[in-house]
Amino acid sequence: MSDFDSAQPGSFSRRNFIKSLGTTAVATAAARAQAVAAELEKVNGEKIVGPEPVPVALQVNGETLRLQLEPRVTLLDALRNYSSLTGAKEGCDRAGCGACTVMLGEVPVYACQKLAIEAQGQPITTVEGLAKNGELTPVQRAFLEKDALMCGYCTPGFVMSVTALLKKHPRPTAEQVRHVCAGNLCRCGTQPRIIEAALQAAGVNPVRTTQTEVIDYAQLA
Amino acid sequence: MPSWPKETKYIGHETHRIDAPVKLTGKARYSSDIQAEGWLYGMILRSKWPAAKITSLNLAPALKVPGIKAAVTVKDGERIVRYYGEELAAVAGTSKQACLDALHAIEVEAKELPFVVHEPDAMKPDAPGVWEGSANASKPRVREQGEVDKAFSECAAVIEGFYTTPVQIHHPMETHGATVSWTDEGVTAWASTQGISSVRDGLAGGLQLDHSRVRVITDHMGGGFGAKFGAGVEMLLAARLSREAKAPVRLMLTRFDQGLSVGNRPSSFQKIKLGAKADGTLHAYELDNYGTAGIGSGGASEGGGSGVDFPAPYIYRIPNTRVNHTVVAVNAGSARAFRAPGHPPASYGMECAMDDLAVKLGIDPLALRIKNDSSEIRQREYKLGAERFGWKQKYRPPGTSPGPIKTGVGCGAATWGGGGSRSTRGEAQVNPDGSIEVRLGVQDIGTGTRTVIAVIAAELLGLRPDQITVKIGDTNYPPGPGSGGSTTCASVSPTVHDICTKALEQLQTQTGVADARGANWFATCKKLGVEPMIVHGGWQQGLSSSGVGGVQFAEVAVDTETGLITVKKITCVQDCGLIIDKLTAESQVNGGIIMGMGYALYEERVLDALSGVLLNPNFETYKLPGIADVPEIDVVLLNMPERGVIGLGEPVTIPTAGAIANAVANAIGTRVPSLPITTAKVLAALGKVPKASS
Repeated sequence: MSDFDSAQPGSFSRRNFIKSLGTTAVATAAARAQAVAAELEKVNGEKIVGPEPVPVALQVNGETLRLQLEPRVTLLDALRNYSSLTGAKEGCDRAGCGACTVMLGEVPVYACQKLAIEAQGQPITTVEGLAKNGELTPVQRAFLEKDALMCGYCTPGFVMSVTALLKKHPRPTAEQVRHVCAGNLCRCGTQPRIIEAALQAAGVNPVRTTQTEVIDYAQLA
Repeated sequence: MPSWPKETKYIGHETHRIDAPVKLTGKARYSSDIQAEGWLYGMILRSKWPAAKITSLNLAPALKVPGIKAAVTVKDGERIVRYYGEELAAVAGTSKQACLDALHAIEVEAKELPFVVHEPDAMKPDAPGVWEGSANASKPRVREQGEVDKAFSECAAVIEGFYTTPVQIHHPMETHGATVSWTDEGVTAWASTQGISSVRDGLAGGLQLDHSRVRVITDHMGGGFGAKFGAGVEMLLAARLSREAKAPVRLMLTRFDQGLSVGNRPSSFQKIKLGAKADGTLHAYELDNYGTAGIGSGGASEGGGSGVDFPAPYIYRIPNTRVNHTVVAVNAGSARAFRAPGHPPASYGMECAMDDLAVKLGIDPLALRIKNDSSEIRQREYKLGAERFGWKQKYRPPGTSPGPIKTGVGCGAATWGGGGSRSTRGEAQVNPDGSIEVRLGVQDIGTGTRTVIAVIAAELLGLRPDQITVKIGDTNYPPGPGSGGSTTCASVSPTVHDICTKALEQLQTQTGVADARGANWFATCKKLGVEPMIVHGGWQQGLSSSGVGGVQFAEVAVDTETGLITVKKITCVQDCGLIIDKLTAESQVNGGIIMGMGYALYEERVLDALSGVLLNPNFETYKLPGIADVPEIDVVLLNMPERGVIGLGEPVTIPTAGAIANAVANAIGTRVPSLPITTAKVLAALGKVPKASS
């Protein structure tokens, strides 16, 4: 059971759990899951849940979301597929793109890498939870003004990463913005505008990474 | 002929994207967010063989998995699959987890067949045939003018290069797919598409339904870049699952699926011979190119347009040319249109050859371009761009930058068509309270179609953009074109102009108010009484045109000890006709340049020759440019309002890779002739990779 040796007491590792299920047929998988559960229970001395759906209570955007989920359901799937919170987007489902970024407490996390059962007991903020009474937050406002979005699919993830950064470092440098957004991908190419938007939202003198000048062709020699 | 207003309040100024608030708050509903009543999750089973005869496919065990409501095969009976990842079957169930279990439960028996996945291997005479009874390599398409062989002997300098580009994958952030609901009334698809009409046609054809019974809705979509025009196998499967399960099915592909079967940019292997007279006048050119569009190429051309056959010698006019294109089939997913199809590899190969020739001639590569480029627009762009970029100060002979981190500069150029679709239609409903709803059956791929419509309507009616309600993304609205070829803006803008012009005329007729614009708008509309006014319009000649040119300059730093390339600056000078919204236009340019950087330095589909398997189906291994990779970008848009609207999204991605490749060659003094220019290739070119001793 070396797979589970490193697991912290009271936490579940999605990767190890799923790996243990392997790619075998369902019946075998279910039987193995039971065995794994028994093993986990022995190692951690804790009550093991599942594999059947279990009650899960999530504190999302200040409200309690009560769901009945298989323990293997991720926080992202719980939000997107078991409630109406589709703001966090699925881009890769494997910690590769950041479109699903939400905040657990003050910490930005990939919702696709957290099991829903694991996210219980901590406040969760999704992009839907930022704007109060229809009023955009300074970060959202800056994204709008800088046009730091195109198709918009990666946008909630970037907004969450930048929001989390500004909570921790209210006056960040451009380098800190690059660092904190390194785990968010955008295929449309909004990155320069995101740096500018983050700095504008923080009230920091914007570093211009891009500039556009419109010149009338007719006036060109 | 209609014309655009000379003095403008919104057109050509900065208007914030009108759908930014919904996108920024998570309220925007993308196809992957649709939660139709009772919806099921759908997933696809794919071939794990690069070539095989499927002899049996048993769905029964999948149907026994708890939560599974339907399972369908792509095709019943025996069939041949031709690439790793080809669709075999699909399931629909109450959760993603149930579907994953069900896919594992499907029993597939297959007889493996020989396969080939690399272009040079596929061209060998004894290579396994991708399509039965036809050669993998098509008969070359030859175009010849002048006396090429004789002309080369008249040149003062001739270079020969072999420049290659990889298969590039679109990877929009939202994967392909749809939520499809099939009821007695017909099929409704909430599709992630850049062509709602083409998806409707595809679904109607594939499901044998009247067009009138298929409705496609795309409120928001998460990028496409040319890969999302058709219904695709995935939407047809979703529809069939929906009929079977009697419930809506949301079938979005996984990121893994995206690498396999929903299109890509074909590879190119360009052997270029280029010669010039002593004064730099290009005199002779020969291209031997082959490339693959996967199973969509070769002797048989099932699958999408191959796009292997690109324009050559691209933007330059050379009196003696011979061009030779061969399209090679391999056992891999087919190509699809990809942002400026054909042009990025065409520009890359030609611009590399131009720089190599300039080095041989001992002249400045920019001077060689200026000497040989016949476009008046680009002539001005070279000069303006060089001045802003500081070409004279920055250019030095190849490899002469001091120190271990060497800097270099390069440039490249492009052309693109654009232009609008004549068949674009639209309508407006003007209500007695002065509210107005403009409806067009187009979609927003991310360029800001809604904003463009609002800006133009506001300008012509004397209102503010936020007073215009824009409805797009529904085949129930008057039909419009797909968002491809950089044509959406040039299709939509003249149409909205026509609608608004007619609305003002009709208001005058109905109310007697001579000019309903601006301050008069609400009082005039009130005179309509209780009936709203509906106005139809269409695309108008004279308000848009096609044909643009652009040049880009790149500055890079190359660490000769690690091979790491840092793009420091890109200067882009691009003509674009009439600019509608400066903010969204600049976003398009940034996006094109950053995607071009990905093509130059990071992106490549890697297939394993021994197994036929895609080795990099995710973002850890298929690298996209990230926020830390993005350089300083300096953009000059050459406004030509007299030409009307021309699209901008594609031309700006074309010259980037060539400019970067030339800058790298200029920095290190030797050519890395193969994209992507990885650290390993840089070190190899510098002779810094130790050779195994025999």
